[in-house]
Amino acid sequence: MSGSVLFDAPGPRALARQRIYTVLAGVLLVASVVWVVVRLEQNGQFEYQKWEPFVSPVYIEAILVDGVLETLKMAFSAILLAVGFGVVFGIGKLSEHAWARWPCWAVVEFWRAVPVLLAMIFIWNLLGTDKDSSPYWAVVLALMLYNGAVLAEVFRAGINAVPKGQAEAAYALGMRKTQVMLTILLPQAVKIMLPALISQCVVALKDTALGYVVLAPGLTYVARLIYSNPQFGQNQIPTVFVVGTIYIILNLILTAIATWVQKRFVGEKKVLEVSMVGEDDPSARAPR
Amino acid sequence: MELFWEHREAIALAFAYTVLLFLFAGIGSMVLGTVLAAMRVGPIPVLRWAGTLYVHLVRNTPLVIVIIFFRIAAPKIDLKFNFVDVVIPTGVGDVRLNNIFTACVVGLTIYTAAFVCEALRSGVNAVPLGQAEAARAIGLPFSGVMTQVVLPQAFRATIPPLANVQIALLKNTTVAGALGVAEAFVRMRLLIKNNPAELWTLFIGFALIFVILVEVLSFISHRLERRVRVS
Repeated sequence: MSGSVLFDAPGPRALARQRIYTVLAGVLLVASVVWVVVRLEQNGQFEYQKWEPFVSPVYIEAILVDGVLETLKMAFSAILLAVGFGVVFGIGKLSEHAWARWPCWAVVEFWRAVPVLLAMIFIWNLLGTDKDSSPYWAVVLALMLYNGAVLAEVFRAGINAVPKGQAEAAYALGMRKTQVMLTILLPQAVKIMLPALISQCVVALKDTALGYVVLAPGLTYVARLIYSNPQFGQNQIPTVFVVGTIYIILNLILTAIATWVQKRFVGEKKVLEVSMVGEDDPSARAPR
Repeated sequence: MELFWEHREAIALAFAYTVLLFLFAGIGSMVLGTVLAAMRVGPIPVLRWAGTLYVHLVRNTPLVIVIIFFRIAAPKIDLKFNFVDVVIPTGVGDVRLNNIFTACVVGLTIYTAAFVCEALRSGVNAVPLGQAEAARAIGLPFSGVMTQVVLPQAFRATIPPLANVQIALLKNTTVAGALGVAEAFVRMRLLIKNNPAELWTLFIGFALIFVILVEVLSFISHRLERRVRVS
């Protein structure tokens, strides 16, 4: 491979050696795949009975409607709410007033550091564990809080990434703070942070699987129904395989969209970098 | 507050599980992630593809699914971890590292390794090509190029993303709780169940302990970063 920082362009001897390694590695990989397949076969994982739910229309419909659709619904409600949360607290963190900046900072830091599951169980109990709708909202609200806190950071970084001259020029024209933020900074920042926003959608989509714990609807719920049904003879492996594949496909689609948006709107510039938890000190970050 | 004092031993035990999960999976994911990163930046195309495939598959699968695989599905094909059974006696109860614990550690390791690999790879990619070319031009051998020029710079660029990955791992250990390890999340759920009136106190208390743990990790990473910083 040319252009690697690690290696010089290989000469004839290195090339010969690399060819040997390639063959060895290839054989090893193929052998391990074969071993896995044989192992699955020996344990009867390819029996029709175990795969039956994934070829019978009733179950396919259940997987698509109760599984994929519910999961997507949860993910998108969570992201929509999280964007709202993120805008409010992201702008709050940039406020000139310490009384607004500090609470926003505390809220964002808190929700970024708390595991989503803890928040989920808390909200589930808060809403009442006996109500039918509470698992759904527990997942959505917990994901809103976590992703919203992350997005607040993204928004802040995005607004800070807008060239300084833009705000200065707007102030020079006599615009008010709100006007500068809404008409000058935010529209430009949105463009910069779109890819980061879509990557966060991938995180939210993956985290909906945590709904497993609060018995929320979605793919993991359908999966549990299928593999605990004795009729299919303990088909945990096929179920995990199918559900995993569905998640992977959904996420790859989202990632492809993010890449496209990055190319289309942002160009080859670097993806926005977001600071980690506990990194910033709001007092040190005076507003412009 | 007295609720925490009353259950302090059980809570400490639960967090011992959390920390153990984090340590084992952290070390495991660093080792596996380094191997994967080496595969992905190495000169052998087959290994590069394999590494890329691994990262793309694992990164896009929810952690719950990965752990469910090792906890619930794998035993069906006789992939069990029954050979592990370590009991660490403490004054307030045993810490049992059994097959369930191991399955969760393996799941966390497999999952986190993909992210560690990407963090390391981004570090290597952050080193400008000219650095290695200049090092070769002044006659440094391969080992010199690596140890004197490329790796120190790569390592420096790697610390913040690696710290982020490990912080995420610490938070992800709660998922192991959902699948049978008696760690902090399980303890909180139990306490909430037994004391529904104390919901807010319990949640904020447990959350703050997690915040403290995360801040400790973040602090360590900052010290490391400052130590290796140039200028």
